[in-house]
Amino acid sequence: MAEARVIDHPAARAAFAWTPNRVRLATVIVAFLIWEGLSWSGLFYRDVVPSTFAVVRAVYAEIVSAEFYHHFLITFGEVGVGFVVGSLFGISAGILLGTHPFLRAAAEPYINAIGSTPKVIFLPILFLMFGIGVESKMAKGALSGFFPTVLSATSGILMINPVLIRVGESFNLTRRKMISMIYLPAMVNPIIVGLRLGLAIVIISVLIAELKFSQAGLGFQLAQYYEAFHIAPMYAMIIIIFAFAALANWGMTVLQDRANRYRNIDGTGSGAGSLSVT
Amino acid sequence: MASVAQTIGRIGMSPVIAGIVGVVVLAAILEVAVIVGLVPQIVVARPSDAIAAILPLQHDMDLVGNFLITFGMTFAAIALAILVGVPLGYLLYRYEVLGVAYEGWLAAAFAAPIVLLYPLFLVIIGRSHLTLVAMAFIPGVIPIIIQTRQGLLSTPRTLVNVGRSFNVSERVMFWQIMLPAAVPNIFTGMRIGVMYALVTVVAIEYLIDFGGLGRIVSEMYFRFNVPGTYASILFVVLVSILFYASLGRIERWLRPV
Repeated sequence: MAEARVIDHPAARAAFAWTPNRVRLATVIVAFLIWEGLSWSGLFYRDVVPSTFAVVRAVYAEIVSAEFYHHFLITFGEVGVGFVVGSLFGISAGILLGTHPFLRAAAEPYINAIGSTPKVIFLPILFLMFGIGVESKMAKGALSGFFPTVLSATSGILMINPVLIRVGESFNLTRRKMISMIYLPAMVNPIIVGLRLGLAIVIISVLIAELKFSQAGLGFQLAQYYEAFHIAPMYAMIIIIFAFAALANWGMTVLQDRANRYRNIDGTGSGAGSLSVT
Repeated sequence: MASVAQTIGRIGMSPVIAGIVGVVVLAAILEVAVIVGLVPQIVVARPSDAIAAILPLQHDMDLVGNFLITFGMTFAAIALAILVGVPLGYLLYRYEVLGVAYEGWLAAAFAAPIVLLYPLFLVIIGRSHLTLVAMAFIPGVIPIIIQTRQGLLSTPRTLVNVGRSFNVSERVMFWQIMLPAAVPNIFTGMRIGVMYALVTVVAIEYLIDFGGLGRIVSEMYFRFNVPGTYASILFVVLVSILFYASLGRIERWLRPV
């Protein structure tokens, strides 16, 4: 039905056909022209819509300055610590909840509820506990990264092929061995999905915390530019931050693809390695 | 802790009761820890103080009125998102090349840290309610566009064929067959959109000290009113639990499978 519609469409009958890539290219060009037009028109208050060339220059100026790398490393460290701590707690809690149905039934409503509230609202508590330095940003990252990983680890355990668990039990494995030899290998994929989501959320939450109160980091720099009304550098910083987030997301996608490939080659459909063959 | 839970389970306590008991016990432990001085009172408010601070907060800062402001902003953003998102979703369904071209972009935009754009909105729009609505509109509209297109694409063939055999016009086909079939999907998009819009409104309110509930949290912290800070955070959590639960209920009611 969909194909018939495309053929019916006059554009498809003409010599020039719109392909998705051409649509994308046209969109970028039109957006660029509109932006430049607005920039030149002077409709907006001074410099609110800077020329794209000015923004590109500002991006360049940013990435060649030593100060930028100082702030970048601080944000990077905050994200790194927050991500590792949050996902370790998340995966451990997920295994605990996944293997104890009663505990899960009791705790799940609360985890879902807090998971759906804006975590930024807990920032005052974290500022009270950890001060306004890098520690509170790490804590904020860990808090925000905890929820996606705990949810995906819990559902990862629930989706494990019961045959694998029975095999483990029939070998009389200890709890520790059950976790390291059955649960964890079978959960590789859901955990990576959770980690990917978690990393994206940790980056956002760390930057938001930096925007609110901080003394260093990319978010701090962005807030400085905003307060000083340095618009082109502000856009540049936003672009750099988005690129950083996209790069991290891309890296996690590659990792996820690799895990999937391993699963397919393995042919067991659950990533449990040789155990499931028995 | 797990074995404690197991024992409780064996006694025959329902998980819901056990959950509530667990929260109460944790609060009691915290209360004692603060009283004893294990946790400094300027960092963590006593749970009883935080709960007791909610009523004065209503008197002092008009919690309910500010909740209505936050709710109004979210509602305005979502109403706008439905008005814009459903037609756009239809457009992306009707012209497949557009749908294919923009599908990935929409998903990427939804995952992008939109909240971080707030300095941009402040510069362009200014520090007003319009900024809140505009910023909540973006995460609100994207799931509605995606789900509308998805719903229209997955209209059961049988329904379309019934329409064909009755020889209905394209317009009737859309209004009486395609759109009703897509409603459950559109509602899923709305549910996701509302949750994200609410989170965005509260977050931006907190970040720019403007508007409803988020501003109260920020102000309580600035006044160094520790019980007040905890009470207002508690209130925000309660509000979002309420939102989350009622949206889930409405969705189940709309999709009675």
